[in-house]
Amino acid sequence: MNKISIELVTGIFVIIGILAFTWLAVSVAGATFSEQPGYSLTARFTSISGLREGAIVEGAGVRIGTVTDIGFDPEAFEAIVTLRVNEGVPVQEDAIAAIRTQGIIGEKYINIIPGGFEELLSDGDEIYETESAISLEELVSKYIFSSD
Amino acid sequence: MIKTINNLGTTTIEAIEQIGRTFNLLLIIAWKIVQAPYRVFPIIKQVYFIGARSMTVILISGATIGMVLGLQFYNTLERFGSVGVLGSAVALSIIRELGPVMTALMVVGRAGSAICAELGIMRISEQIDALECMAIAPDKYLVAPKLVAGILSVPLLNFVFNVVAIGGGYFVGVILFGVAEGSYVNGMIDSVLWSDVRLGLVKSLIFGLLIMLICCAKGFYMHLGKYGSQGAEGVSRVTTDAVVISSVSVLFCDFLIGALMS
Repeated sequence: MNKISIELVTGIFVIIGILAFTWLAVSVAGATFSEQPGYSLTARFTSISGLREGAIVEGAGVRIGTVTDIGFDPEAFEAIVTLRVNEGVPVQEDAIAAIRTQGIIGEKYINIIPGGFEELLSDGDEIYETESAISLEELVSKYIFSSD
Repeated sequence: MIKTINNLGTTTIEAIEQIGRTFNLLLIIAWKIVQAPYRVFPIIKQVYFIGARSMTVILISGATIGMVLGLQFYNTLERFGSVGVLGSAVALSIIRELGPVMTALMVVGRAGSAICAELGIMRISEQIDALECMAIAPDKYLVAPKLVAGILSVPLLNFVFNVVAIGGGYFVGVILFGVAEGSYVNGMIDSVLWSDVRLGLVKSLIFGLLIMLICCAKGFYMHLGKYGSQGAEGVSRVTTDAVVISSVSVLFCDFLIGALMS
């Protein structure tokens, strides 16, 4: 095989490989080079057990954002979750962020329950009203040990 | 009794020598590659040989593995009534584990063995000594393009494998068994994170270097090993060794990287 066609075939191979990588990274994994238009909010939870980065933020069952960062505050012993909410989605000052599970064994996500205030949260604000993850084991043990 | 212990000692020393030679080769090449002359065409030729020529086997094995995973996960998940997570189960196991490992094993079988045999024959027919006589550094001229091409081609092949395998899972799950298309695709998109793709990328970069390094070192330093004086038979044994050792180290490194990075 001569020199030009080796280079051509190699070039086609490299293009196919890069296309495959781009599809995986952008469409499947959702990596973006520029941040999605939107704003970041933080929320503190006493327990987020099972929530992970990249989890969905829902409002009325519709996807309105993602969890971008999960931190830990050693003084208050609380989890600090950073959410990125899409542009144009209003979150009131007294909105509630609750950790919920899809089905019984499904993934954890954050549900935003709208509040009644007129003031809206903007970039960098904190959602004060939160509901932590409900642990099935804790509920069961509470029921067992408080029955008598 | 003494003889057994003696043999054990010989084998151990030889194994350590080989590991040392292999990593020494890596260091030498890393040093020589930054120095002139820079030749691009040998690398393209090796990318063609290692990467482009492996496309057929990668496409076939990718589609097959994806279909098998789709079938088995479907059968298992159906018992729990959660076929909705089929997409994420298939995509995560392929992107994180099976893609990099299967690609590396396929490249070892198709290109690694050929490269080891090529270098081994060049060594026993004294072509490498002839290169040295012409003041051409044989390690830079012969081994460096193969290493670079390995690092470039294996990740690209890995991503092609991933895409084809996800397609194979889609074919079995959605088209044959009638899993909802939306739950397959969106489940996959929701559960696969950039860190999963990055893990696969890191794995395949390391595997690409590792398998090419082991196969090249085995053939290149063939005359120093115990099969060095056995001619053609020696080449066949060295090639077998290279394939076995690189496959096993791919599997071991897979565990190591997975444990360190997750």
